[in-house]
Amino acid sequence: MTEENRIDRRFAGLRAEGRKALVAYIVAGDGGSENTVPLMHQLVASGTDLIELGVPFSDPMAEGPVIQKGHERALEHKTSLRKCLQMVAEFRRQDADTPVILMGYANPIEKMGAENFAEAARDAGVDGALTVDLPAEEAGPLNRLLSERELRNIFLLTPTTGDERLQQIAGLASGFVYYVSLKGVTGAGHLDPDSVRDNLTRIRRHTDLPLCVGFGIKDGESARAVSEHGDGAVVGSVLVSAIGEAASAGAARDSVAAIVGEIRTALDA
Amino acid sequence: MSKQETVDFSAFPDADGHFGAYGGRFVSETLIGALDELREMYSRLKDDPEFIKAFDYDLAHYVGRPSPLYLAERLTEAAGGARIWLKREDLNHTGAHKVNNTVGQALLAKHSGKTRVIAETGAGQHGVATATVAARLGLKCAVYMGAEDVKRQSPNVYRMKLLGAEVIPVESGSKTLKDAMNEAMRDWVTNVDDTFYIIGTVAGPHPYPQLVRDFNSVIGREARRQSLEEFGQLPDALVACVGGGSNAIGLFHPFLNDSDVKMYGVEAGGEGLATGHHAAPLNDGVPGILHGNRTYLMEDDDGQIIETHSVSAGLDYPGVGPEHAWLKDIGRVEYVTADDKEALDAFRQLTRTEGILPALESSHAVAYALKLAAGMGADQNIVVNLSGRGDKDIFTVAAIDGIQV
Repeated sequence: MTEENRIDRRFAGLRAEGRKALVAYIVAGDGGSENTVPLMHQLVASGTDLIELGVPFSDPMAEGPVIQKGHERALEHKTSLRKCLQMVAEFRRQDADTPVILMGYANPIEKMGAENFAEAARDAGVDGALTVDLPAEEAGPLNRLLSERELRNIFLLTPTTGDERLQQIAGLASGFVYYVSLKGVTGAGHLDPDSVRDNLTRIRRHTDLPLCVGFGIKDGESARAVSEHGDGAVVGSVLVSAIGEAASAGAARDSVAAIVGEIRTALDA
Repeated sequence: MSKQETVDFSAFPDADGHFGAYGGRFVSETLIGALDELREMYSRLKDDPEFIKAFDYDLAHYVGRPSPLYLAERLTEAAGGARIWLKREDLNHTGAHKVNNTVGQALLAKHSGKTRVIAETGAGQHGVATATVAARLGLKCAVYMGAEDVKRQSPNVYRMKLLGAEVIPVESGSKTLKDAMNEAMRDWVTNVDDTFYIIGTVAGPHPYPQLVRDFNSVIGREARRQSLEEFGQLPDALVACVGGGSNAIGLFHPFLNDSDVKMYGVEAGGEGLATGHHAAPLNDGVPGILHGNRTYLMEDDDGQIIETHSVSAGLDYPGVGPEHAWLKDIGRVEYVTADDKEALDAFRQLTRTEGILPALESSHAVAYALKLAAGMGADQNIVVNLSGRGDKDIFTVAAIDGIQV
């Protein structure tokens, strides 16, 4: 594993310190495109280790109602994939260390052209991509283009991912693996820490990559419970909800700071 | 057209659901388990004699098949060329071809042991057909329908409720069929343990485009046999409307290897291709990824899916089944358009000349067939898929006429 990539470097550092990763998801352009980069800096200042920047799509099939609304708001601000890449480039001017992963859907990438996207992503300072609707059997071409440029390919694993498939995905994945803790869409309830533990143990047999757990993590307590057996927690809907409800860009940063701060404290306790 | 002679169309899709560059399984990992289960079950049952027998029985005794192949003499006379035959899917139970598929998928649902079915619907025909089979089998049923369509199609909403289904208006995105499909997928991934998703068209992730095609192929199998019986040869041309494309593929598929049979898929031209207000991705779209498959889409420069327009809610969809995308590229089927006005004219003409009130969707096929027939000889035969009846559309047509019904 090379440490030229920020994701690898960040996880190596966290491991050395014995700390868990806090991965924060927001939708690019949600709350106005000029406010996204300040929000990203706020996430980092409050204790975020990796940023997942959601690329808005008109048909975000895997998202629950909260993140769907985030996508809709971002599209009202005309947030294209190109715009998202510009935001990352702008973020990089002040932050050379925090890994940024683009999380989105295949069609905007298909439209831009996979190779153009891979080039532009590297140039902007993106460190990895999670393309929700490119499962292992369809991910090959984009995967290769990103890997050639030292970008990481983040994959989802679920409670229903069988062992054979786990092995297939482990062969393609890099950076870290995102374990979806429940059956459902983003932001759903009913998290079961025992099932998370059993599944993470099972996944461990197939990969040495860091394991982060997401879907259904709302606060410090749930983040801590799921990350106990993994390497980190992903928090998304609760942040997107706060951004959606905030009366101003400043209020959005304050809410996000409070949520991330509380989770950070719980993870480090 | 030399390329197609080497293609055996019955061999598609491949094992991963691809039709050439199209189709596939572009979904979140969260859905893979459910799709694997469905694929496994379908590949086990599709050639199982007991399953086929049960399906055929339901088609005969519940749907009322075979549907007639009817020579529309006065319409033929009006067009002044080839003979126009109507494949009367409008005479099926529930009034459209959609029930062929829901009967088949209901049998799959029964085999799966799941107690609840869900569906997406645009015009409401597929929702009604799903609610119908759910009522018959005693399954719980939820139908997702864009909030805009709930308003446009109130008679079908009420029919679904009478049948015991819960109709859930979808307020996200453009509030139409595509958003209903997103919402149904979300329901499915959340409730996969007890829920079977009955997709209504030949789109979506593998194996849906294949199984919906297979269930609707009864249309083409019958039409092929009936053509030989009625006029002693295969038709010169087939015509069907294409939204997602389930009625068209149902008619076309059993004829694909008959290279002398020409095929025309008619997309919704809306206010005209040049206006951009239409639902014709095969004529004016580009390949992309939506709803689990790669296919032609209506999208903007950033790859966002755009809103479509058609007078017929059932064709108002920005994508199209991946097999159609492939058949277009290899030139086996020609995809054309009929605009709103042409469809409405055909609706009125068929009603007045034959006493058959066609669905506005099917009226697009009739409109193109009239043009096509005029350029063909009197000894030639066109089979048009009259995919549904138009009773559901009388409010739409009345509103256009400025009449309150």
